[in-house]
Amino acid sequence: MLKYTKDHEWLRLEGDLATIGITPYAQDKLGDLVFVELPSIGATFEQGAPAAVVESVKAASDVYAPVTGEVVAVNDKVATEPGLVNSDPIGDGWLFRIKIADKTEFDALLDEAGYKAILD
Amino acid sequence: MAQTDPATPLKRTPLHALHVRLGARMVPFAGYDMPVQYPTGIIKEHEHTRAAAGLFDVSHMGQIALRPRSGRIEDAARALETLVPADIVGLPQGRQRYALFTNEGGGILDDLMVSNQGDHLFLVVNASRKEADEEHLRTHLAASCEVVPLCERALVALQGPQAVDVLASFAPELRAMRFMDARTIALMGERCLASRSGYTGEDGFEISLPAEKAEAFCGALLQNPAVKPIGLGARDSLRLEAGLCLYGADLDVITTPVEAALVWSIGGVRRAGGARAGGFPGGETILKQMAEGARRRRVGLKPEGRAPVRGGAIIYRAEHGGEPIGSVASGGFGVSVGAPVAMGYVKPALAQPGTTLFADVRGKRLPVRVAALPFVPARFKR
Repeated sequence: MLKYTKDHEWLRLEGDLATIGITPYAQDKLGDLVFVELPSIGATFEQGAPAAVVESVKAASDVYAPVTGEVVAVNDKVATEPGLVNSDPIGDGWLFRIKIADKTEFDALLDEAGYKAILD
Repeated sequence: MAQTDPATPLKRTPLHALHVRLGARMVPFAGYDMPVQYPTGIIKEHEHTRAAAGLFDVSHMGQIALRPRSGRIEDAARALETLVPADIVGLPQGRQRYALFTNEGGGILDDLMVSNQGDHLFLVVNASRKEADEEHLRTHLAASCEVVPLCERALVALQGPQAVDVLASFAPELRAMRFMDARTIALMGERCLASRSGYTGEDGFEISLPAEKAEAFCGALLQNPAVKPIGLGARDSLRLEAGLCLYGADLDVITTPVEAALVWSIGGVRRAGGARAGGFPGGETILKQMAEGARRRRVGLKPEGRAPVRGGAIIYRAEHGGEPIGSVASGGFGVSVGAPVAMGYVKPALAQPGTTLFADVRGKRLPVRVAALPFVPARFKR
């Protein structure tokens, strides 16, 4: 089951690891991505801090850490092929994986119904 | 640049309904509700324009007829030369030229196209500047010219290597036109003004036609599989690769034609020693800069990595320390180049192609190389 943020990130939890990407809605709004800047492995982020950047032909957008924690993996494939985020945003287009510091932050995020409710 | 006042409802071009029907994503631009992209997306639109033919609605731009009260075209040309450094008197009938409205400080009020239509000059100006330009023309030229905004006309561009073949099926005489020819043609039974020019670096045409015919004409063009509609997003990436300036980003009221590397648009006769030297606003400053150099110069910039370097980024000589030596004016991703591209202003001593500079992107200085413009070879039909 996925969780979502109002900033259009999604998270998938396995143990205490959350895989994070941007939602299909977000990739559609951004349009064709041409550049993804990923965080360094080992970097730590507070919830809501900018952790990655996705750039379309037109503009750059921050991706925020949806939960506090340490980055334990990044998807190097999207760095060389940013279009993966457009074609498969919640699959091969994932961005980074965070070891969650505080599970209650994750639990408080939006579920699918809650996220759908904020779209348009 | 986009200027939007939320209190004012957005204007619509005669092709608005067509854009919506084609599934365009509409955005506010210069007071108009304009298509930024269609469902295929900016990358495909950009590639399609370079490979086949891209259809652009540029009806938001200002079309103005400058009619000499005397009936003599040279009077309109002489009058316009008091506002622009281009050689307008020497512009033959049926030809078009790039020009700049300058101010007393030598800065650029707008960039425009001017063509000689025999009994009048036809001007195409930027959407964001059209009211100001009309006022400027009336203020200075009212004694000798009638300034007629052509609000009831649409403007569409068909750009790309197949544009000529597509359009020739409607008007075969277009084939004989050369780059920057501009003449009246019959299109779907209407008198239209076609110029062989554009804003993409490709061969192509820009066609001014009656607003009420625009949708039928564009619909007919889109029947041809070589033609796809192109939004403002790809228009910007195409023009940037072609090294063409965007008013408000690359050009503004404090940037002179010399700084902007647009001296080529200043006619020989308007330069120092020419038969009609000076005589345009800021002439002394501009001619002095031509002789002695300017403090900064527009250059192409190629970021060495994959990260786009966007307008506003500060440029430094070195990776660490030192004072800023320039800034990026516009930048993004060059779809055909396959890498980020940008244009910016740097000190002339650092303007040599190959010079490595550094642009601040999100607090990191990324290497960028000064590059010759355009980034993709122009394919005009000269």
